[in-house]
Amino acid sequence: MDALAQYLNLYREHSDVLMANAPEALNRPRPRAYERLMSARLPRKGDEGYPALSVEEMFAPDYGVNLRRVPFGVEASEPFRCGVPNVSTLMAFVVNDSFRPTATLERNLPDGVEVMSLARAAEIYPDVVAKHYDALAGAVKLIPTDPHSTADAVMQPSAVSVLNTLLCQDGVFVRVKAGVRCDKPLQIVNISNASAPLLAVRRMLVIVEDGASCSILTCDHAASHDVDYLNCQVTEAFLGRGASLDIYDLEESSARTARHAQLYARQDEGSEFTVNGTTLVGGRTRNSYYVELCGEHARAKLAGMAIGGDEQAVENATCVIHRAPKTESDQLFKNILDDKAEGAFYGSIIVDEKADFTKAYQINRNIVASPSARMHTRPQLEIYCDEVKCSHGATVGQIDENAMFYMRQRGIPERQARMMLMQAFMADVIDTVSIPALKSRLAQLVELRLSGTRELCAACER
Amino acid sequence: MDQNLLLNVCGLRAGIGDKEILRGIDLQVRPGEVHAIMGPNGSGKSTLAGVLAGDPRFTVYGGSATLGGVDLLALSPEDRSHEGLFLSFQYPVEIPGVSMVNFMRAAVNAKRRYLNLEPLSASEFLKMMRQKRAIVELDNKLASRSVNEGFSGGEKKRNEIFQMAVLEPRLAILDETDSGLDIDALRIVASGVNKLKTNQNATIVITHYQRLLDYIKPDVVHILYKGRIVHTAGPELALELEEKGYDWIKEQN
Repeated sequence: MDALAQYLNLYREHSDVLMANAPEALNRPRPRAYERLMSARLPRKGDEGYPALSVEEMFAPDYGVNLRRVPFGVEASEPFRCGVPNVSTLMAFVVNDSFRPTATLERNLPDGVEVMSLARAAEIYPDVVAKHYDALAGAVKLIPTDPHSTADAVMQPSAVSVLNTLLCQDGVFVRVKAGVRCDKPLQIVNISNASAPLLAVRRMLVIVEDGASCSILTCDHAASHDVDYLNCQVTEAFLGRGASLDIYDLEESSARTARHAQLYARQDEGSEFTVNGTTLVGGRTRNSYYVELCGEHARAKLAGMAIGGDEQAVENATCVIHRAPKTESDQLFKNILDDKAEGAFYGSIIVDEKADFTKAYQINRNIVASPSARMHTRPQLEIYCDEVKCSHGATVGQIDENAMFYMRQRGIPERQARMMLMQAFMADVIDTVSIPALKSRLAQLVELRLSGTRELCAACER
Repeated sequence: MDQNLLLNVCGLRAGIGDKEILRGIDLQVRPGEVHAIMGPNGSGKSTLAGVLAGDPRFTVYGGSATLGGVDLLALSPEDRSHEGLFLSFQYPVEIPGVSMVNFMRAAVNAKRRYLNLEPLSASEFLKMMRQKRAIVELDNKLASRSVNEGFSGGEKKRNEIFQMAVLEPRLAILDETDSGLDIDALRIVASGVNKLKTNQNATIVITHYQRLLDYIKPDVVHILYKGRIVHTAGPELALELEEKGYDWIKEQN
């Protein structure tokens, strides 16, 4: 039985339980998702856009799925030691796929800012959720229409978003009302916690209305480093006119955790979106970003970094679509790969025929620190109008030996010099973080990770 | 062994891979001395500097080199630095993302660790940086920038001498420090080097031209040609070379 078939069977056999434990707005798209998946398959290693890992293998093991919503451990009141503590007072947990607010969250939320369980939001605001839920993820084509277009291939993982829609029961709902500027960052801590292999299907719906702004920090943790977890996560973000949204996403899970994360964003006129995805510790990671700039002067900044060791695999795929004139996008992705780690960057920029005066930039730089580490990189630009300014660049290299010798000549020991250079290599990615406390914390975590520490949170406690 | 020798190089042979560049160098430097090493392009001047500093691109085939009696060739580049060897690079390396302050603090504290001293406190360190900057009139704003990134040619060379001032080496090797400098920058750099001179330390000036030696007066001048020191004399040798050109050396050898 192929990987996808087991989930379709699960759905067929247990759709009543699944639906009984989920709100109507989440149930409504399921039959269509099921239909679409009947003729789909999950991407395999070697498929266009998947040089480093097989999504099919990722989903193949027999993971448990918590359809009955049995509450798992880790009470929200129990202080979980996160590597990014005290960045915010607006904090919530997602244990596997269940939303757990901290005791103080509601009290501290500013007027006009809502953060709650997606299931609850679907009951309170059925129309809002129905209008936005799956509006982006569900709209993406599954089968490449143009066999030469990489962009479609990159988005083929949308088969996984359809699977997410098929099985999703809860997640996080964030809404910032028009004109409201939420100055404090929201912090969402995702924890994988189960004693047997578990698939967590979670969803995040973020609505930032006209002129509103907020920043969200999410981090992934694994409660046990000896259990296999698979996190299948879809985020849909809507930015209204002049809205501003920053998402900082940090993975520090475990070698036995697989993560398949997809982010879809749609930006209206004059909106500003920043996403920074950092993979510090993980097993197999696939992150994809699909950003549509639909209104004039919308700007998107996509940044990411991964520090991979052992047999870690990290793939980042981007697809930025300029649909309106005078839009701007900027992509900056960097990786440092050691041991037998394998990385990939598939970055595409599509400039629609109506999107004159677009500016779109993309950079991917990589350090391959050991002979057995591998990196795949491929930029893809599809430009359908004349008045554009686009550039891309990709490098795969080693630590600069001239710089190493220069530093050692000044007395800096080899190991420290190497660390300083790797840290420096990531500096511009870290600089995309606009929350000062988070930026310095991230720099520290990167330093810890580069020094070989895998248990980052434990290291913070010490 | 002469107890007064600071640097003692005997029969040093080295190169890149199988390609021999230094074919038996003998060089003795005493505390308080300034030596100039001159020679045509490709004679091995920069290789000699790199080999003494431990540049991993070079392989040593034979011979010896000691600094204050310590076997240099057995040490890592960083330990050679801690033992008091400083190389001013012909092409100082730009290191984006590493600030001058962090770079120097790491260097200073690594040396202090080597010498079993406590690391400097932040205020002591900044005070020292201020004092040393004055020696080469290095602008304060450069301290907050990344190492050499976006520095002009003159700023890079001044930055080298600034680092030399901070690290207080026993032996400084200045590799073509005059290249790419205008006359004002040359004066500042040379005056920095002269201010740092004591009767305990020594300097080796590697240069192609006599010009720098008008500002940094050597006690001894060597001519390096085809990987060997073919001539050693007083400062007058530099002038003679300026007059006759390197062809004179080439004809003789």
